[in-house]
Amino acid sequence: MQSSFGSSVENPVIEQETHTAEELDLPWQVVVHNDPVNLMSYVTMVFQKVFGLTKEKAEKHMLEVHQLGRSILWCGMRERAELYVQQLHGYLLLATLERTN
Amino acid sequence: MEFRRQKDYLEISELDPFLAELLRQIPESCNSEGVEAAQQRIFSAPAAASETEICAEWKVYVEPELRRLFRSATETVTADLQQLESCTKPFANCTLRIPAENAEAWLNALNQARLAIAAKYNFTDGELCDHYRSPIGSRRDLGLFQVNFYGFLQEFILQEPL
Repeated sequence: MQSSFGSSVENPVIEQETHTAEELDLPWQVVVHNDPVNLMSYVTMVFQKVFGLTKEKAEKHMLEVHQLGRSILWCGMRERAELYVQQLHGYLLLATLERTN
Repeated sequence: MEFRRQKDYLEISELDPFLAELLRQIPESCNSEGVEAAQQRIFSAPAAASETEICAEWKVYVEPELRRLFRSATETVTADLQQLESCTKPFANCTLRIPAENAEAWLNALNQARLAIAAKYNFTDGELCDHYRSPIGSRRDLGLFQVNFYGFLQEFILQEPL
C-alpha cells in the first residue's frame, strides 16, 4: 500500500544541508595584544567600557594580555567582532579580529 | 604640583613652567604625521596581513572615523589648555581645570601622545618601566619623561569613576 503522497515524489532530491548566515559567520574572535605603553589601569577601564565587564573580569583579561601577550575578549559573528575592534582601536589598544580554529 | 578632584572638574594646581610647557605640547605630540612608526602604531592593522579584504575595507571606512575621533579629543584638550595662557607672569605656577565631561578626551589625547612619542623614539620595555631614570640630557630623555608624565596624569584621571 502506498501513502497518498507516494506518487507525487518519485525521486526525491535531498538538498544539501545549508547553514544560516550567522553560523557561517561564527568563527571570529576579538584579540587584544600586549603593548608596553598602555597603562594597566587604562586597559582595564577600556575592557569595562567596551565589553561591559566587571572590574575583576576586566583585570583578569588585562593580566592575561600583560603576562601572556594576548587575550581573547569575545567570540562571535564577524560584523560585531569588527565593531569591537573598532571601539578598541578608538581607545588605541592593539586589537585584532581572528578566525577561530 | 597638586591634584584635586572636585565634583565637576579635576584641578591641577602649582604647575611649574616646565610641566605646564609639557602639557602645552600634548596636541603637538599627538601629531604622528610623517613618523611612520607612530602612524603604524596609532592606526594599527585590524587583522593579520593575510586578511586582505578586512584590512583594505578598514583603511577606507574605519580609519577616517578613527582620525576624526582622535582629532576631536586633541581639539578638546587644546581648548582646555588655553587656561594656561592666562598665566600672566612668565615664571609663575599655573592652575589647570579639566572639566569632568572632557576627562575621556584627555585620556585619549594623552594616550595618543604617549604612543606617538614611544614609537618615534622606539623606547624599549626596560626604558618604559624605568621610572628612576637619570635626569633629562637629550631630546630622547625628554620624550621618555613626557611618556611617564602623561601616564601619571592618566592614572590621576582614572583614579575615580568618570
